[in-house]
Amino acid sequence: MPRTHTPSVSGTLHLPGGWRVLGLAAALLVALPILMLLTQWATLGTGEQDIWQHLFATKLDRLALNTIVLLLGVGVLVTVLGTSLAWLVSMCEFPGRRWFDWALMLPLAIPGYVMAFVFYGLFSFAGPIQSWGRSVFGANFWFPDLQGAVGVILVMGLVLYPYVYLMARSAFTVQGRNLLDAARLLGLSTTGAFWKVALPVARPAVIGGVALALMETLADFGAVSVFNYDTFTTAIYNAWYGLFNLAVAAQLASLLLVFVALTLMLEHYSRKHARFTQDERSRAAQRFRLQGAQAWAATSWCLVIFLLAFGVPVTQLLIWVAETWRTELDSRYPEFLLHTLELAALAALATVLVALLLAFIRRLPKSRWKWLERLSVRLATLGYALPGSVLAVGIIIAFTTLDQRLQGLLGSGPFLVGSVFALILAYLTRFMAVAYAPLDASLERIKPSLCDAARSLGAGPGRLVRQIYLPLLRPGFFTALIIVFVDVMKEMPATLIMRPFGWDTLAVRIYQMTAEGQWERAALPALTLLLAGLIPVLILVRQSGARRENRTAG
Amino acid sequence: MSHFALPVSPSVSALRSLSLALVAAFTLAACGGDDSAPQSGAAPSPGASGTAAATPEPTGPVVVYSSRQEYLIKPLFDRFTQETGIEVQTQTGEEGPLIARLEAEGIGTYADLFYTVDVGNLWIAANKGLLAPTRSEILEKDIPEHLRDPEGRWFGLSVRARTIAYSTERVKPEELSTYEALADPKWKGRLCLRTSRKVYNMSLVATMINRLGEAQTEEVVKGWVGNLATRVFNSDNLIVQAIAAGQCDVGIVNTYYLGQEQQQNPDIPVALFWANQDTSGVHVNISGAGITTHAKNPEGAKRLLEWLSTEEPQRMFSELNLEFPANPAIEPVPLVQSWGEFKPDQVNVEVAGRLQADAVRLMDRADYR
Repeated sequence: MPRTHTPSVSGTLHLPGGWRVLGLAAALLVALPILMLLTQWATLGTGEQDIWQHLFATKLDRLALNTIVLLLGVGVLVTVLGTSLAWLVSMCEFPGRRWFDWALMLPLAIPGYVMAFVFYGLFSFAGPIQSWGRSVFGANFWFPDLQGAVGVILVMGLVLYPYVYLMARSAFTVQGRNLLDAARLLGLSTTGAFWKVALPVARPAVIGGVALALMETLADFGAVSVFNYDTFTTAIYNAWYGLFNLAVAAQLASLLLVFVALTLMLEHYSRKHARFTQDERSRAAQRFRLQGAQAWAATSWCLVIFLLAFGVPVTQLLIWVAETWRTELDSRYPEFLLHTLELAALAALATVLVALLLAFIRRLPKSRWKWLERLSVRLATLGYALPGSVLAVGIIIAFTTLDQRLQGLLGSGPFLVGSVFALILAYLTRFMAVAYAPLDASLERIKPSLCDAARSLGAGPGRLVRQIYLPLLRPGFFTALIIVFVDVMKEMPATLIMRPFGWDTLAVRIYQMTAEGQWERAALPALTLLLAGLIPVLILVRQSGARRENRTAG
Repeated sequence: MSHFALPVSPSVSALRSLSLALVAAFTLAACGGDDSAPQSGAAPSPGASGTAAATPEPTGPVVVYSSRQEYLIKPLFDRFTQETGIEVQTQTGEEGPLIARLEAEGIGTYADLFYTVDVGNLWIAANKGLLAPTRSEILEKDIPEHLRDPEGRWFGLSVRARTIAYSTERVKPEELSTYEALADPKWKGRLCLRTSRKVYNMSLVATMINRLGEAQTEEVVKGWVGNLATRVFNSDNLIVQAIAAGQCDVGIVNTYYLGQEQQQNPDIPVALFWANQDTSGVHVNISGAGITTHAKNPEGAKRLLEWLSTEEPQRMFSELNLEFPANPAIEPVPLVQSWGEFKPDQVNVEVAGRLQADAVRLMDRADYR
């Protein structure tokens, strides 16, 4: 479903020049925070060189290694979880399947930092599980060490697998049984058909989901800091606030882009030859009916993952909320919720519309400025891998200068720093890739031949838009809107730094409690955020369910 | 077949709504600032009129940028508003980003007062020219000299001591002496520390550099790292819990974290040991505040700052967060008193700010994470 960064673009469009300029301007605006980070390489005085030497001498290698271990671990985990679960619910029949089909998507509503503090609290040495173990089995009770890389990978994998699940599920559904039946006719077992046919065909979708998950992993600061797991992201933070060197922080951040490039190359490579056009009229899926032990195994696997990724954190949050809500609940909660929803709605709408504009711009016919358009679109979608706090730095650098100019001209201010616009721009940059992927994929599916055919049959531009573009774009538009909405709700670091004066959100509230490790007290805002996030996720579930019904019915 | 000069523009409707949305976003941004901006010169609250004869007229609201946890400061500010009729508005966040934001907002900032923990942060803010020198007889009387900036750019409001916590089940207090002695191999596998990224540890190490010099401090920190029982923690509460659960035997914590745990579980088998009593004294740090250079309401900010140094709020600091009052005339709450008297390190806390970057590098070299 997501064609994040494929250079090949089908379907050329014709738009008046004004749109071209607007599109280019939008792309550059979204890319602005990233460009600002790159400009910081210009500041490389003795102070900076000194810090770089220090970093090389002390920990750069460890940070790079930690980051790679994290990426590999999360990559493998989300692939295994996402693909296996998607295969089971879309191609097999077993007890509880219909329920798991949507329930397995729910962890999308849980912010990584919330999952991290729940797991850390539960599984630490002083936490309830190990304490219980020691009280029953004595002081030497052994428990796996979940505090280091293993813990972070587990937490991130459980929060991020829904991206892969979502995409693999729709890929498997679209494939239908035809391909598999053909493979089995040619002598492959069901397992063989899965490995040799179904999985390779679904590969672009799976890798697309994995790429999103990996970008999110790179950007994460919350979960890694709960576990004190040092990555590039934490080093950026340390350079800024420990060593007070903004330039080095920005330079480190731009190095993150190297990791992004690697991730994207992986994705690109995986699609090199993969231009799978599917038979639009795939046969209605008839699922493999699992029996006996197989059915039990399938149900248990889905249940275990669901419990770990959703049941456990929600239960723990409920327990904490029951203990603390009397003292924690205050009259400002409606306001926190409202601010959260307002920002999410505004940012989702803006992001999706700009993403649509960018997706169109990339399909414009060749011109002198084509390279610039292509480059700026690509830059604009890189922000997903950058931590919100880093993007905030980029925006603050840019807007401070502008504000000073404006102050000179108009007096008073600041006009930009601390405005809703600045925060929305941070969200735009941060989540552009999430919106761009499904929209680009939807546009991709609109074959030029379809439009030509419609036109040759006498359809005017109005009809073309109404009857071809809108219906075919709607699912992608909708998916993009909801995922960005949920992501913005969960976003913490950029919101914390850039929120307009007085705009406290639920995520800000969570920060205020977790900053000193008071996780019980963070449970109330966390649970509120989770419940609010469930609503859009459930809408997404319903929507994708309905789409599949239509597909299978047609 | 279309005869339009512009061949099919499939996105017309989408793009139209885009432009609308962009306009909306800009408009919102433009007015957003106004909406949310504090109303300077807003009408004073009516509750204040009765006290007008005794105290000066209330000013407009005071805007505080604060990295302190909201539940610790809100009761104080509410009380201030009650007494003076001056409203207090807060923007909370992490200290680093708040400083960056203060810097970025420049002359246009909303902030009148910057209020944070740890002198390292105050020192940085002052050094960047974000805090204005202030003279105040009240503050100079209430706050001891070593707890405030010589130039009056910031004033300590509460004192926190960072010292050794130990398991009463597995450690005898006679075994303990100084921070430095925790580097001794006899503590191998028994020490718990918080991450070096926390400014509290940066300040502790900074004062050690000031006292012992870089080389010796680095030896000590390396010794600590070698003695760690487990990975570093990201909060002092977790260290106290880990000692209680038997994961380690000693740790370095701010005293009020033990107090928080003691309030929940009075029998927790963890106690405090006052470090370095025969030498430099216990490392103390402050929470403190300064009036911003571009304050719109410096008068209100000064009144708030002065008020915070007086008896009632000073007592509240002790009650709310089990800290020590910065004003030496005020006694802390009984739980805090139960920890006993100690000799504090008398070096001006400003050292912690000055040497913070050196401390960070030293801890990096010692592989203290």
